[in-house]
Amino acid sequence: MKALALSAALVLSATAHASAWEPTKPVEVVVPFGPGGASDQMARTIQGIVQKHNLSSQQLVVVNKPAATGGEAMMDIQKSMRDPHKLLTTSSGIYMTPLSTKIPVNWRNFTPVGMLAQDEFLVWVKNDASYKTVQDLLAEAKTASPAMKIGGGGSKREDDLIVFSIGAEAGVKLTYIPYKSGGEASTQLAGGHVSADTNNPSEDVANWRGGQTRPLCVLSKKRIAYTARSRATRPGDIPDCGEQGLNFTYNMLRGIFMPGGVTEEQKAFYVNLLKKVSETPEWKEYLERNALLPDQRFGEDFEDFLLSDEALHKDLMGKAGFLATN
Amino acid sequence: MDDFSALLAGFQVALSWHNVGFMIVGVLLGIVVGVLPGLGGPNGVAILLPLTFGMDPTSAIILLSSIYWGALFGGAITSILFNIPGEAWSVATTFDGYPMAQEGRAGEALTAAFTASFIGAISGVLLITFVAPLVAKFALRFGPAEFFAVFLLTFCSFIGMGKDNRIKILVSLCIGFLLAGVGMDTISGDLRMTFDVAELMRGFDFLVVVIGLFGVSEIFLTVEEGLAFKGKKAAIDLKVVLRTWAGLPRYWATLIRSSIVGMWMGVTPGGAIAASFMGYGLAKRFSKRGDNFGKGEIEGVLAPETAAHAAGTAALLPMLALGIPGSATAAVLLGGLMIWGLQPGPMLFVEQKDFVWGLIASMYLGNVAGLLIVLATVPLFAAIMRIPFAIVAPIILVVCAIGAYTVGNSIFDIWLMLLFGVVGYVFKKLGFPLAPMVLALVLGDRAEDAFRQALLGSGGSLNVFWANGLVTTLVVLSAILLFWGPLSDLVGWARSRGQGKPALGAAE
Repeated sequence: MKALALSAALVLSATAHASAWEPTKPVEVVVPFGPGGASDQMARTIQGIVQKHNLSSQQLVVVNKPAATGGEAMMDIQKSMRDPHKLLTTSSGIYMTPLSTKIPVNWRNFTPVGMLAQDEFLVWVKNDASYKTVQDLLAEAKTASPAMKIGGGGSKREDDLIVFSIGAEAGVKLTYIPYKSGGEASTQLAGGHVSADTNNPSEDVANWRGGQTRPLCVLSKKRIAYTARSRATRPGDIPDCGEQGLNFTYNMLRGIFMPGGVTEEQKAFYVNLLKKVSETPEWKEYLERNALLPDQRFGEDFEDFLLSDEALHKDLMGKAGFLATN
Repeated sequence: MDDFSALLAGFQVALSWHNVGFMIVGVLLGIVVGVLPGLGGPNGVAILLPLTFGMDPTSAIILLSSIYWGALFGGAITSILFNIPGEAWSVATTFDGYPMAQEGRAGEALTAAFTASFIGAISGVLLITFVAPLVAKFALRFGPAEFFAVFLLTFCSFIGMGKDNRIKILVSLCIGFLLAGVGMDTISGDLRMTFDVAELMRGFDFLVVVIGLFGVSEIFLTVEEGLAFKGKKAAIDLKVVLRTWAGLPRYWATLIRSSIVGMWMGVTPGGAIAASFMGYGLAKRFSKRGDNFGKGEIEGVLAPETAAHAAGTAALLPMLALGIPGSATAAVLLGGLMIWGLQPGPMLFVEQKDFVWGLIASMYLGNVAGLLIVLATVPLFAAIMRIPFAIVAPIILVVCAIGAYTVGNSIFDIWLMLLFGVVGYVFKKLGFPLAPMVLALVLGDRAEDAFRQALLGSGGSLNVFWANGLVTTLVVLSAILLFWGPLSDLVGWARSRGQGKPALGAAE
């Protein structure tokens, strides 16, 4: 086994370009969330693919740093200037955490490697609820007292922002209940303790397939592209919220960063690695399982996306009053 | 009886040679992981997870869950021998396990702990085997108000039962709550009490604090006492196992009570940590020898261990049936399930019968294998107590430091551990109990989250805490347990016509 890995490594280094940089020790993948969450799953899927297909002579090691909703992980990357053996998996948290908490980190001090996909958000309700569309839900919210409860993961984060924006568009007061994770919000929805949640597909799909919850619509400009049917559920059949007269849309990037100050060759190695990963059948399976929107961006394309997405978040968070003062 | 034949088929799967091999390897690895403080079950499972991607899912989950069993068993070892809880749920085991070891009864304490773990785990597995769908539904009834009530019940059963000075309990409890508040607040999304120190963003990790409070402070005390060595008489033959077993049937009430508490806390998901404290608190109140608790009473080892393992096992049930992880390790396993292409949730029992019943069968077998393996190590571990303390102490300190570092890969945590060692030393000298502080630290933020989530939902009305039968029952039970101690004191005082003042209710 060891000999095999060694010879594979030799072949790899022999065929590699003479000037190309390669990691010389195991690469640490810092995950800004706890084990088991969506970010963690992505990191461990990449780790598994790299290992299975021998894409790198060095192993990837996943390290969870969930404190301060990712603030700890970002501080770690900020401190690791010029370290080419560190990666950070990211979501919108890359700008939301610094904006809402004043933790002194900024993604401009990091090296953006690439975006791998975008995550969808849906409006989920309990399976036996009477609502057929998101408008039914909002109509009931108008008369509810105390205000209708909608659950999500974390405070002043994606779900909180979505609930605020839906409420603002519909002119309805909604109470957002923050839970530790989207998974917890899904369970609470299944138990009827909140009226709806705004989870990613991966966070609610288990309860959906189990007949506990169901999606009303996806908060995206178009429907989910996956049409494979498994039991009663087919993501492609879910309407987008625009069809039901709710115009707010929201997507979240899933990408990879490196610490600042690394060389172009070092960055190029990881860009190539991620491109190879994204061509494997396991990766396609992963995308489909979590109904992620395939959207790969590297280099300037990725940086432009980050700038406009950050501006969008700053605007939305300002309206919702989530920006840290002081 | 469809399920029963499915279970038998599961045994067939689990009993194949290579799966038994994985089971033994897993248990051994788990013991190592459990013994080293800080490494812990979740980390052990997470580290090995990628190695299992190439394996068949049933073998993979057997290997990983065996690590879990091993870690559950292993956590008790350092608690008893050195007063260092290897896992958070072993804290309550130190209260009586360590005094027993000091009296030279380490072998007895270890046997009791391992056997209690086994009994707890088997009751958890029985629960999973026979009533999985029913119980899984019950877990859904727990909203924020119900969760808060469960935590309240844990606090009250542990605190109200205490026989120490109630003011000191309250002070210790409040310090614990204060420490629990440091770091990111789930409800507001703001940082609290971090004073712009980056290291404090993480908050105080429970294990770092506990290693300091219990392990390090104990070393300070022993050093002060001139390295007096108390473990010389430790017996090192396997007969101690049989002798201890002969005495266990006497404690059937404690074992059953703790099993029930544990199963319930595992399913709800109050978790193994809360279960161990609650099991200990209740045993202390209802045992005839309650006054001896804390001084080396075997029942004080049995109660928390049984409850913790019943909970740890039952915690896998919501994960399999609903996809809710009942514990951190369960959360990692959950991630594993998805990587192997299995979707946890109600459909798992229907679509992946082989896998589910193979796993359940491996729970029975893994625990039997685990018990045999750990019992065989009892003489070995008890013998450690015969090594002079002057040699063992530095080793323990190093292991503690490694443990504290491993939790968050941070040097800062080692200093924190030493600081809490000093705090623990001072507390012990002043006669302040440490347990309430630890309890508040580990459950305080979760209780706070649940309380505020409940009030957010009700628009600020406290009525949510008696809005339905379940939550009302929990709150009333809490109140009874809280005031039981002070009231029985009061009655005792009235009878003896006032020698000494009664403590009028530890105000909450």
